[in-house]
Amino acid sequence: MSDTRTHAVNLPQEQAPRDLNIDREDICLTAEDLKLYYGDDQALKGIDIRIPKNRITAFIGPSGCGKSTFLRCFNRMNDLIDVARIEGTIRLDGEDIYGANVDVPELRRRVGMVFQKPNPFPKSIYENVAYGLRLQGVKNRRRLDDVVEKSLRRAALWDEVKDRLHENAFGLSGGQQQRLVIARAIAIDPEVLLLDEPCSALDPLATLKIEELMIELKKDYTLVIVTHNMQQAARVSDYTAFMYMGELIEYADTDTLFTSPANKQTEDYITGRFG
Amino acid sequence: MDKSFFKQHISQQFNEELEDIIKRVMEMGGLVEQQLADAVNAMVEGDTEQAETVITTDYRINALEVEIDEQCTHILARRQPTASDLRLVIAVIKTITDLERMGDEAERIGRMGLHLLEADRQTAPMSDLAEMGEHVRHMTRGALDAFARMDTEQAVRVAQQDIQIDSLYESVTHKLMKQMTAAPDAVPRLMDIVWATRSLERIGDRARNICEYVVYFVKGKNVRHTSYEQMAAEATGDRR
Repeated sequence: MSDTRTHAVNLPQEQAPRDLNIDREDICLTAEDLKLYYGDDQALKGIDIRIPKNRITAFIGPSGCGKSTFLRCFNRMNDLIDVARIEGTIRLDGEDIYGANVDVPELRRRVGMVFQKPNPFPKSIYENVAYGLRLQGVKNRRRLDDVVEKSLRRAALWDEVKDRLHENAFGLSGGQQQRLVIARAIAIDPEVLLLDEPCSALDPLATLKIEELMIELKKDYTLVIVTHNMQQAARVSDYTAFMYMGELIEYADTDTLFTSPANKQTEDYITGRFG
Repeated sequence: MDKSFFKQHISQQFNEELEDIIKRVMEMGGLVEQQLADAVNAMVEGDTEQAETVITTDYRINALEVEIDEQCTHILARRQPTASDLRLVIAVIKTITDLERMGDEAERIGRMGLHLLEADRQTAPMSDLAEMGEHVRHMTRGALDAFARMDTEQAVRVAQQDIQIDSLYESVTHKLMKQMTAAPDAVPRLMDIVWATRSLERIGDRARNICEYVVYFVKGKNVRHTSYEQMAAEATGDRR
């Protein structure tokens, strides 16, 4: 019998499942040889990365590997730490965010951040979302109403809170508070959302809601998430970066990284081996 | 990939679960190999008792398939394996499906053996069938050995044995055709031998599938529906 299996299957590119390739992406954020020191301790050891626009990029790695430190570099949150010192370059849409003329509050408007623990302000739900606009001097009630509704809808929270917009935000559940914080972040129309373990304080259902929301939000924003939950990275992200001891060990599309990682350290970490 | 790789998880329980499914695949494979040898022997030698045993033993292979399948489902649900662990579980699920079908083919050969008349056995190319059976058994063992050793180079060598089995299949069927042309009244009975030969050929194909799964789980490369050359290139190349 002749061998009938000599024809390789070559799917056309458009039919290939989740065919992601960083070289074909629009790049939103880049880091070039990024080093960060806390005093004499080097926390980041020369990281290069390109983060694509309108995608979800996840940073994974063991505690202390530098992933949260790295995330905070993208909106200069590390400026708030006296002993932190940075070398190298980070660019947002090609512009060096550590450049001399950069307006840091404006940078943080463009690059919003959501933390592990939901941190609503001790105000009403409405005022939480309107807060950023009020800081910008917006007083027009109709404009504020519009933005609050639009942001809460985008954060998939509107239906749950529309009848109690003026109640205190602390009355919301943890998952609702986290979506409120996301609504607050997107109310000021950012380009990027940085999420630092946004679900680690939430139950599994609230976590799934946030994950659904993230997938919805990537149509309009670039999302970067730090997570300890590898299944979460596998579920939601398009690209995954594995960091270890301040270095970027492997960066690949998520399907590849979780099924066939190139690096043994990555493999050991994601499969729970001693390493 | 080192065999001890599946013993290095922080979770000792997970190590044991993965080792256990590998062990049971080997157990199932050993049973299939034995069934195959017995079925061919029963047919060639006209041993109806042995043929009966083959037919009644097939349920053990089916039961093992179901058990290993369930173990794999539990591992997927509870451990959410990734990377090589995930590929191993997928390779096991696919391998046991092929092994179960190989068991079915052996049972079919056993059933054919029951029907065969001594007169046909004297005239049919039974020694060729025996030779083909031995090649197929050897290939099956080699495929399982490559699986147990996680040896992709061996997997490629074993996969290529399918070429010889296909050629033996052509030769045996050719002889049977000539015999059928000469004695048309023997056609219904000789068809049993044709089907048995076909079953052996299919077992060879499935052994080749197992070799492909070895390359998949060790190298992370899918070599199904590719040429032997491509398979060899992926099996010996670096990961990715």
